[in-house]
Amino acid sequence: MLAAPLTSAEIEGIRARFPILRREVNGHPLVYLDSAATAQKPDAVIDAESDFLRTSNAAVNRGAHSLAGEATEAYEDARATIARFLGVDENEVVFTSHATEALNLVAYSLGTASSGSGAGSHPDAARFALREGDEIVVTELEHHANLIPWQELAARTGATLRYIPVLDHGGLDLDAAATIIGERTRVLAVTHVSNVTGGVTPLEHLVPLARAVGALVVLDACQSAPHLPLRPRELDVDIAVFSGHKLYGPTGIGVLYGRTELLDAMPPFLYGGSMITTVTMEHSEYLPAPQRFEPGTPRLSQAVGLAAAIRFVEEVGLDRIAATEHQLAARLLDGLARVPGVRILGADNPAPRVALASIVVDGVHAHDAGQVLDDRGIAARVGHHCAQPLHRRFGVSASLRLSAGIHTTEDELDLAIDAVAGIRPFFGLGEGAEA
Amino acid sequence: MSGLEQLYQQIIMDHAKHPHGTDLAAGEETSHQRNPVCGDEITLALRWDAAGDRIADVAWEGSGCSISQASASLLATLAEERAAEGEAWTPEELTALIAEFREALRSRGAIALDEERFGDAAALSGVSRYVARVKCAMLAWVAAEDLLVRRAGAGS
Repeated sequence: MLAAPLTSAEIEGIRARFPILRREVNGHPLVYLDSAATAQKPDAVIDAESDFLRTSNAAVNRGAHSLAGEATEAYEDARATIARFLGVDENEVVFTSHATEALNLVAYSLGTASSGSGAGSHPDAARFALREGDEIVVTELEHHANLIPWQELAARTGATLRYIPVLDHGGLDLDAAATIIGERTRVLAVTHVSNVTGGVTPLEHLVPLARAVGALVVLDACQSAPHLPLRPRELDVDIAVFSGHKLYGPTGIGVLYGRTELLDAMPPFLYGGSMITTVTMEHSEYLPAPQRFEPGTPRLSQAVGLAAAIRFVEEVGLDRIAATEHQLAARLLDGLARVPGVRILGADNPAPRVALASIVVDGVHAHDAGQVLDDRGIAARVGHHCAQPLHRRFGVSASLRLSAGIHTTEDELDLAIDAVAGIRPFFGLGEGAEA
Repeated sequence: MSGLEQLYQQIIMDHAKHPHGTDLAAGEETSHQRNPVCGDEITLALRWDAAGDRIADVAWEGSGCSISQASASLLATLAEERAAEGEAWTPEELTALIAEFREALRSRGAIALDEERFGDAAALSGVSRYVARVKCAMLAWVAAEDLLVRRAGAGS
């Protein structure tokens, strides 16, 4: 049975836990519709970070004093919370600075393996080595963070970067995918949810294609983790990454999930303290994951804050969040579709979607359109949302994106839709599209 | 006038819709400026008088938000007006004007552009209250500045 959407009273209760929602912007109550860029933080997260810094801060995984022990425990508890959230083992959870670093970690690790030297000369690394003739497959709708690291990896190794094209309706061309993913494919890196259209990627079609040829499957889950239950093992992906700050957690922390046997064999990315077993002046041996990928002093208060964020969304229930968003997505799309002169990017994609829509207002640049919303206290994102190729595919350079969060109400969406309807009139353009 | 109306004054709307000075020709020495955040682009040329001492004309082409496009159009208009009045800018005068423009736009509403010096471009004063839009308004002026710096470098 599907979970019940959150009631209005429940959403009000959730809103009360986000202190920033009490403020005004330009004389209006803040309507925050930019959660896809960064989510706001509930008291629980702000308090968890602050309490840690006030009472438990110390260097973790080194030193033997009591406070260091407490801090280490808090840090590892955070890891355990995230592992439980994902339904994976604790040693499969690596903390990074952000999702971008997590994706670069994988790409650089594969690059080191491909070099065959240094940590890449370890026999375990050979299976990750890429060479000319190998192919890395991404999609045309990736965020730059899940595109450029692979472009660079391809350039360093001689491998070829290919991409699954986007159809006119904004969904992936699955027929093309079936011919692109083949014997030469070594890596498939794909987003779980598009940060421009909000469409959910049909992983059930793509992952088996990659599995059939033994390719490494990397999932960018930044836009899905806050909205849908995220179970990497059920999705059958090898690696999944997401950022803390989009999940109501702190900035400066991201998560990389990887299957144990892969992570323990992959060459490290960054090198230094806390990741080694034995170091001589000539040579070093590395710890298994997760320490293998966590050199330097880790992000302590951020990890603790992220764990608090995860407990917060778990308390609400990801299945109920998803059910609520399903309703919000329909209201947002229907409302925007009725505004004359507004084009919703990827509106006709039949795939399920999260409550997010990017629009182009005919005759008005996205920057100008966003200004009209800002004037009413509505925070929305304008620009290419770090997805220039997808915008180019849609034939536009920028769009205005409205993205809901756990605290978004239907009334807020209605205010935003009303403000969108006021954009063309403000700029002296008539109803309906310009010829 | 609301903040929004101050930002989008009629002069700005008009220049955005019907820009002046967009007659850039092939082969002119140009500066190309881009705002990577929103994709605004301006390619601009300074045209010098016969003696090569003063700016006779500003030509440009570009795409982007109404603030970036209007600002380029207003700069071109101002150059044309000054030249028509026999007061075409020297490089030093334009450099000083650009610095003044930047200072006002970065002032968060504290400094208004002087209408005597900026003409209709003074309508861009309202941008200074919108930190995120200052770069849009600066784009054409930064292109002009880039060309002046290049010219000074070549001359020394």
